[in-house]
Amino acid sequence: MNIKEYIESGILELYVAGALSDKENEEIYALLLKHPELLDEVLKIESTIVTLTAAVSPTNTKHLFRAVKEKLGIQIDKETPVRPLHKPRPNWFSYVGWAALFVIGLGLLWLINQNNILKEQIQTVETDKELLEVSLEKYSNDLIESKQLISFLRDKDIIAVPLAGQTVSPDSYAKVYWDKKTNTVVLDVQGLPEPPKGKVYQVWSLTLNPLTPTSLGTIDTFSTDDNKLFTIENANASEAFGITLEPAGGSDSPTLEQLYTLGAVETS
Amino acid sequence: MQLEQLVSRFQKKDEKAFETLYQMYSESMLGVIYNIVRDHDVAQDVMQEVFIKAWHSADSYSPKKGRFFTWLINISRNAAIDKIRSKSFKNSNKNLNADYFVDIIQNHDSLDDKTDAIGIKAFVGKLAKKCVEVIELLYFKGYTQKEASETLEMPIGTIKTRNRNCINELRLMLDV
Repeated sequence: MNIKEYIESGILELYVAGALSDKENEEIYALLLKHPELLDEVLKIESTIVTLTAAVSPTNTKHLFRAVKEKLGIQIDKETPVRPLHKPRPNWFSYVGWAALFVIGLGLLWLINQNNILKEQIQTVETDKELLEVSLEKYSNDLIESKQLISFLRDKDIIAVPLAGQTVSPDSYAKVYWDKKTNTVVLDVQGLPEPPKGKVYQVWSLTLNPLTPTSLGTIDTFSTDDNKLFTIENANASEAFGITLEPAGGSDSPTLEQLYTLGAVETS
Repeated sequence: MQLEQLVSRFQKKDEKAFETLYQMYSESMLGVIYNIVRDHDVAQDVMQEVFIKAWHSADSYSPKKGRFFTWLINISRNAAIDKIRSKSFKNSNKNLNADYFVDIIQNHDSLDDKTDAIGIKAFVGKLAKKCVEVIELLYFKGYTQKEASETLEMPIGTIKTRNRNCINELRLMLDV
């Protein structure tokens, strides 16, 4: 193409004016990229129009840029900081909302914690109550037993037989309370020492003439019984009672060397 | 810096490039706008709005569609025309004591240093009436070549060459 002719056609002046179609504009843009002399011509035309139109301006515009910047909220020269027109204001509703949520959250956590503490306390109190009930029943039973024992001992028909310490253990003593009506013997062995391991005390009913021992049984729970009071059946016509130390399980006949206490029934 | 680069940086929201382009073109835009609205304060407001709009819609400009200056002048003309058509616009303040842009230039009481130095006031007075008309329509009013052809009742080819000759006259005066 003839560049000079193209320039002389006046199309570039119309291009700068914006008086051409989109298609023409694109064609010229492509040509400008290819031909520097065309671009140079466009720049000169443009410069002329810039000067001409600027001459119509009634005022200088430099100072007006400040307002443009302010409206756009941008800051260009550092020396004169511009306060953005729409300064982002803190969103108080949002802040207050989040703060409230946080506080409510904390409150909930505190309440849950308190609830758990109270539940634990209730559990503890209930356990204590159960323990107290157990204790109460135990003491109540103990009291009944004690009352029964007292009434038993006070019965006018009760025969009390003190058993005295013998050679193997002179300091030992025991007592037998014998109710002939009910064939019951209550044995108080508070005064006997703890039996050695593997040994038990065995209680004997004796008739003296001839000397015949009848076993009333062994005291297997000596160590664990606090009262050291044992109730035993005794249907014999006992004339004396004795307690010997025997191997665990008891013996058929008393080991006389290990006779701890012995006492005869007073005949009235 | 190359104008293309400057525009490209502006499109990427480079504030410094924006300010440079403003300094290059804001007075031209104010001239075009003032020629339409004929009111100092309104023209200034519209010109500022044009640059704000340009900043926000920088993406919509493409070099393929034309010169950046042309894009900007288009926004300015449209904004000015919208303004004089709006209800809030008061005709009373309009400076109607001028028909064409040249009259405004001639009527300037106190020209600033720049235009005074160029001496454009003296030059534009020498422009032929036919030049004033065609320049007015094509550059200040944004007429297409077809619209200008119809308004001035001359063929499109004549509009083209006449305009070319008128601009050349101006270039001679301005030594561009």
